[in-house]
Amino acid sequence: MLNINGVPSKTLILSRFPDEKYLNKPKAITECYERIPCNPCSTSCPFGAIHIGEDINTPPVVDFDKCTGCGICVYSCPGLAIFTVELLDELNARFKIPYELRPLPKVGETWDGVNRAGEFITKAYIEKVSLKEKQDRTALIQVIVPKKYIYEFITIRSKL
Amino acid sequence: MKKIDLVIIGGGPAGLSAAKTAAESGLASLVIERSSAIGGQLVKQTHMFFGSEKQYAKTRGIDIAKILVKDVLEFPNLIEIMTNTTVVGLYKDKVVTLLKKEKYIKVQAKAIIIATGASEKVLAFENNDLPGIYGAGAVQTLMNVHGVMPGHDVVMVGSGNIGLIISYQLIQAGVNVKCVLEAASTIGGYKVHASKLKRLGVDIKTSHSIKKAIGKDCLEKIIIGKLDDKWNFIDGFDEEIEIDALCISVGLSPLSSLLSMIGTEMKYVGYLGGLVPLINKNHETSIENIFVAGDVCGIEEASSAIVEGYLTGLVVANKLGFIHPKYDELYLDFKNQLRNLRSGPFGEKIRLGLKEIAR
Repeated sequence: MLNINGVPSKTLILSRFPDEKYLNKPKAITECYERIPCNPCSTSCPFGAIHIGEDINTPPVVDFDKCTGCGICVYSCPGLAIFTVELLDELNARFKIPYELRPLPKVGETWDGVNRAGEFITKAYIEKVSLKEKQDRTALIQVIVPKKYIYEFITIRSKL
Repeated sequence: MKKIDLVIIGGGPAGLSAAKTAAESGLASLVIERSSAIGGQLVKQTHMFFGSEKQYAKTRGIDIAKILVKDVLEFPNLIEIMTNTTVVGLYKDKVVTLLKKEKYIKVQAKAIIIATGASEKVLAFENNDLPGIYGAGAVQTLMNVHGVMPGHDVVMVGSGNIGLIISYQLIQAGVNVKCVLEAASTIGGYKVHASKLKRLGVDIKTSHSIKKAIGKDCLEKIIIGKLDDKWNFIDGFDEEIEIDALCISVGLSPLSSLLSMIGTEMKYVGYLGGLVPLINKNHETSIENIFVAGDVCGIEEASSAIVEGYLTGLVVANKLGFIHPKYDELYLDFKNQLRNLRSGPFGEKIRLGLKEIAR
């Protein structure tokens, strides 16, 4: 239960995903379920794909036809509550996740992939690590995980 | 005696913002700050802020501090800043007495904005004075200002935004956060902050609190217990956790003692965190030309404190005859920003509280 332990229910999670047919290209998933005063995801999107509107307490709604999965909202979200997901083939999915811990992973490494309860679920292959100045110290980590975990995978953990 | 139109007490987000809009209106001010640097609590907020662009959302607090400081430094002829200075007396005729190191200074103002912010609440439990037990603000100062690790294994008491955010920052600093305790049955702060901790493996234990701390010379372990819905401990659920630091984050109280000192009408309002002054829509207290901005008149996010500061600086200048060229436009904009920031469920307490102190 989100209110009790910080873990959203499966229904809540699914409510933020588009139909899988959209996921042949990367799309932003906004895991922001609560009315809080915040709108950088919407104002940072260069494609006008995230709608919040006048009342900044309104949770974001993504227009998946406009979303290109560029990842700008991922590092712009103060709550680290956005990631992108893309289905690569029958077996694998690609995520872009925000990451604010150090050390950063290195391309080619395999880290632990964890779920929203913080439990290990799968191996995550680090495909790309980007940390440009405009990202303001929030790194974007591109990882490959098995497709069957697209609704479970949320972040990576160092094996140290 | 030094004479200045406006004295602003407190160089945090509210005070600095007030100095800016006052200066833009042409009004000179003196900002008094007791610590060695201005910026208030923002100087240790390493996380990105919420809100909208106008309140510097997605900018980290440490960088918002730099923006606000830069803004006031752009008016060297209108804004004077006095750091390491404590207000020791405040009088109804707008005389402020200051202590700067060993020097005693008297200032005559026409108007005063009190923007002293808030202090942390404490929690009563056995051995709560053992070394290793900190307020959350102290932990943040140690790690984010001075680069000192407060401990290796930490438990956080309180799941409001401050408790959740500082737990996350402790993890960023390489500290093992064992769990977060929350006496209420649900998490207090934004769920996005809670989810960020949970995915990193930190349990948030709702309906739990600390019973006692144990240690010879310093904190070695704590006993926690489970609470019923009336916040009484239930027998048989005690748990021992070995830690070397405990962080208390159970809310803030307005630092309103200067207002009590000059006899403004005050009221205890739980929704606002404690004793607060009655204010009109322009943040003026029951004593003419004594204004307030920021947490001193109700605990909120720093985003609101910034906007309250802008608004108060603007109206004080106006009242003293210094009219901002865009007064009407800005006044409406600041009011709308505050309404927007407070219109969600997390703004409910402040909405109810403000009704109680309206005059």
